[in-house]
Amino acid sequence: MSGGAATVTGAAAGLRARVRVPLRGFELDLELESRPGTPLALCGPSGAGKTSALRILAGLLAPAAGRVALGDEVWLDSERGVDLAPERRRCGLVFQDYALFPRMSAWRNVAYGIPAPRRERRAAALTMLDRFGVADLAEARPGSLSGGERQRVALARALASRPGALLLDEPLSALDAATRRGAIERLRGVLAELDVPTVLVTHSFDEAALLAGSIAILDRGRVVQRGDAAAISASPASPFVADFAGAAVLRGEASGEPGGLTLVRLRGGGELRSVDPAGGPVAVSVFPWEISLEPPGAPHSDSMLNRVAGEVTSLTTVGNRTRVGIALPQPLTAEITEDSAARMKLEPGTRVVAAWKASATRVVGGR
Amino acid sequence: MNRRSAFFVLAALATLLTLAFLFAPLLAVFTYTGPRELAEALGDQSSREALLLSLETTAIALAIVVGVGTPAAYLLASRRFRGRSLVLTAIELPLVMPPAVAGIALLAAFGPNGLFGGLVSAAGLELVFETAGVVVALVFVSAPFYLRAGIAAFAALDARLLEAARTLGAGPFRAFATVALPSARDGLASGVALAWGRALGEFGATLLFAGSLQGVTQTAPLAIFADFSKPDGFVSALALSAVLILVSAALLLGVKLLGGDRSIEGTVGR
Repeated sequence: MSGGAATVTGAAAGLRARVRVPLRGFELDLELESRPGTPLALCGPSGAGKTSALRILAGLLAPAAGRVALGDEVWLDSERGVDLAPERRRCGLVFQDYALFPRMSAWRNVAYGIPAPRRERRAAALTMLDRFGVADLAEARPGSLSGGERQRVALARALASRPGALLLDEPLSALDAATRRGAIERLRGVLAELDVPTVLVTHSFDEAALLAGSIAILDRGRVVQRGDAAAISASPASPFVADFAGAAVLRGEASGEPGGLTLVRLRGGGELRSVDPAGGPVAVSVFPWEISLEPPGAPHSDSMLNRVAGEVTSLTTVGNRTRVGIALPQPLTAEITEDSAARMKLEPGTRVVAAWKASATRVVGGR
Repeated sequence: MNRRSAFFVLAALATLLTLAFLFAPLLAVFTYTGPRELAEALGDQSSREALLLSLETTAIALAIVVGVGTPAAYLLASRRFRGRSLVLTAIELPLVMPPAVAGIALLAAFGPNGLFGGLVSAAGLELVFETAGVVVALVFVSAPFYLRAGIAAFAALDARLLEAARTLGAGPFRAFATVALPSARDGLASGVALAWGRALGEFGATLLFAGSLQGVTQTAPLAIFADFSKPDGFVSALALSAVLILVSAALLLGVKLLGGDRSIEGTVGR
């Protein structure tokens, strides 16, 4: 992009919103804040109001009441009758199925929103496509691109317009599983470099844990819990959150092993195995209910290939089950019955061994 | 013979019958009209005037239909409101209205003693027995064809594309011009072709509303009828008919190619 690119007015400012709008069957009542450098994920099941929330931020849906502001730039204030049109909000929105203009080539899609004189747009668009590794597809129409390529063009298009905030609606759901892994890592890299507030919407807690620094769990229009992924997984506020927000995400270095298994050396210590093939830096996820806990040195069954020692950091009882936060030192969450927790006399500081099967370990990110 | 091939034979027979019946009159017109008759028809003053008047009035009518009809079709396609289906049905009513009825209705509305005749003359307009009246009749009978095609084309448009354009900084006008119009191009082009074809062939409404004055309101179809009514006028009526067929075909093809209509591209081997 041409000189002085990234820093625009208010770039360091956060995006704050407080909105209310009746949806089908329930009311969306939401308060959120996203700061540059800490992407916020709105995470919840289908129909929780996530997409409506994004549309309100972008100005495509008018709430019954509310206020939306980027720094001191007020986009919406229903009390003062302020409601900026979408084109005046400088909001980069990546649609769920990308909504690329089908009759324009990739570079024309990207050039569409570039705030520069017409003859400078092509060069700027090509630079942007190059940043996403798809400069060679500049002349291609969206119809001839793969899902992963479309996603890159859509991201390039949204960012080329130099938005004051970036909004992503299920950015990975249109991709197949194999493409998704690479796309997650790339998206992580993109979000890490951004200096504008980012809000992404996803129904997958893994994705939220991988991409966002802060997560808000949404259920029927309301935020039922906020926090980072490890905290939500270790201490869910309700059975709903416990069911929904499961997977712990661990990062490490993968290498192949004889027998077709993948060995992952965890950052900070410990190693585990997965049946998914992978190599290099990866992220793996495991659900709390797949993990059993044992005292160190206890006799163990051989079907649990993964045994990692750690220290209990928190205990949260939800209904008749207990979520146990463990530091490996990377945070991991196990879910056991309340009885087992009492029998093992678990408390913060207790040393335990977390055990689970290699087949319960999914590689969710990485090349 | 199995059932599938029996069906195919029947369908092929039906197709042959259809094509033969549709092309027989065309074939006859050009059988009776050689190059010499065509040249004579174009050499005749009144025929030339009629043809030029047809081109002029249909072009003006189409410009009005497209200019006003496109945004109207867009709004009707993209907004939901009470009574919308009633409005859409009313738009199509002129499609099934007999042309003579359309002419009478136009007289009743905009004629000198019509419901809105006072407004028309207050605006300093003369419609009856004037070229402007021909244009009014053509707009009335051809607009529904264009509106129908336009509404269908805009209704098929993905609304998120327009939203994407807006979030990328385009105002409603730019989003409409750069995203909605190109997406609807094929449908609009076929609407133009249908409406123009209907306008070129317009006879009844024009005759009743604007009359048949040579050089003023006598379009090609009216001139053909005038020729036909003369003793020994059949040959010159045929020749002018041939010219009108060629002009209509050229317009239809041109508009469709311009609009990138794929069904036509196939037939001309592109």
